[in-house]
Formats: sequence, structure tokens, C-alpha cells
Amino acid sequence: MFVVNTEMVPGRQITEMLGLVQGNTIRAKHVGRDIAASLKNLVGGELKGYTELLTEARREALDRMIAQAEQLGADAVVNVRFTTSSVAGGAAELYAYGTAVRLDHDTTTEPTHG
Amino acid sequence: MDSLIALIWQILMIPVGFFVGGAQERRHLRSLDQREGALSYLTVNNLKRVTDPNSVRQSAMVVGQVVIATDYYKSFVTSLRNLVGGEMKSAQSLLLRARREARLRMLEEAIKIGAQEVWNVRFGFSNIAQMRGRQGAMQVELLAYGTAVVRQ
Repeated sequence: MFVVNTEMVPGRQITEMLGLVQGNTIRAKHVGRDIAASLKNLVGGELKGYTELLTEARREALDRMIAQAEQLGADAVVNVRFTTSSVAGGAAELYAYGTAVRLDHDTTTEPTHG
Repeated sequence: MDSLIALIWQILMIPVGFFVGGAQERRHLRSLDQREGALSYLTVNNLKRVTDPNSVRQSAMVVGQVVIATDYYKSFVTSLRNLVGGEMKSAQSLLLRARREARLRMLEEAIKIGAQEVWNVRFGFSNIAQMRGRQGAMQVELLAYGTAVVRQ
């Protein structure tokens, strides 16, 4: 499966458009991380715990999007976009969306995603 | 009483933010300069269409992100700045630093797959938490993503 945020997969032709696929997840930060983060807040800078949490969550959202694309029998997801929004009570929603497509059968360009 | 304690706490923490946060900022800037220098051979752009697509061997999306917060000194200065208006230098340097960090993380992911180019780079920003009782404080996530390309 190709996952790219360009309009097409470089070196390959899109033969069929399968439509929009999406994945989302809402994560709440847990208390332990919150305490660590509030301590870190005293001096500012990066909140590593939250960075990890959001990286994990984004991966989850991407995986869900890819699973949806696989169900449609897609070869690639193009023009992927991310959004993050904070919902009530210190939770963040991570949302990934893109267009699932089928590609021509050219084997010179290899996908890097499983 | 509670608000008095909060006020005293904030006043106490302002020098901590100034010295510790300031030292951290300088250290981070040095590390950014160094890492950016090491990766300067990469071609990074925000164009949607990859030129010469036939020589592309591999392409994959790469992401870098970072969550940052202001220290008490910065949030104090920011809230003062809110009274008179104008450019918020302290917040600006924090955001710029975080964006550079997110971009670097993205590039570091790109070189893992042996890419020489990153196309269609986008930046995202979101305010992930509002902090109660702290004027001018922010806790934000910065995101950079693009398509890494490996040529033949």
C-alpha cells in the first residue's frame, strides 16, 4: 500500500478512484502523563509524553484509514491530510483522510508501507 | 486565598522560566542548527506534483510532530504584550523552534528510507489544551508531513 500526500503516486498511473477513506481516534491524556507534563510546564519546552501520545494516536488513525482502503481493494491512498482538534476535557482527536485509488501494474516503483 | 497562592506561585516561577527555559532554548537552537546543517542536502518543497516521476523508485509519507508548552516567563511576557499589542517575540521564537523540530523529525524519517527529496510538505498546528488560571500560556502541537521520494 502506497501512502503519500501528493496528488498522485510518483511514477505510477492512477487507473481508478475509489473514494475518500478516513481514520480517526480520540485520545485522552492519562493522569500520570498529565502530572509529568504539568511539572515540565514549569520550565516550558517540549512535552515528550504528549508528543509520544499523539504520535501513537496518529499512527492509529493512519492505520484505520489504510484498513479502510484495503477493504476497498485499493493500491494506494493519495493526498493524505491530517487534522488535530481538542475536544472537551483534555482529549485530542486525530483525524487522517485521503483518497483511495487503484494503480496500473508497474513494478518498478515499490511501496514502503506494509 | 487560592488565587493568592496561585499568584505567588506564578511570580516565583517567572525567574525559573527565564533562566531554565532560556538555557533550554539556547541548547535546543544549537542542536537544531547542527541537525539542519547535517540534513541540508535534502530537497524539501511544498509542490504537489513530483517532477520526473518515471525515475522514482519509492515514495512514502513521512511525519514529524512535537508538543510544546510555554514556561511561566514566556506566558507572563505574552500576557503583558496582550495589554499593549505588537509583536510577541517570546511566543514567536517558541513556535518557530517547535516547527523546525517537527520539520527535522520528518526529514529524519525520510532519510531512514533513503530519500533525497521530500515533496508537498504541509504544516499543521493545534491547540491541544487550554491551561486554567494562566494567562498567555499555551500548549500546542506542531506537525509537519510530506512525501519522501527515493530516485533510482
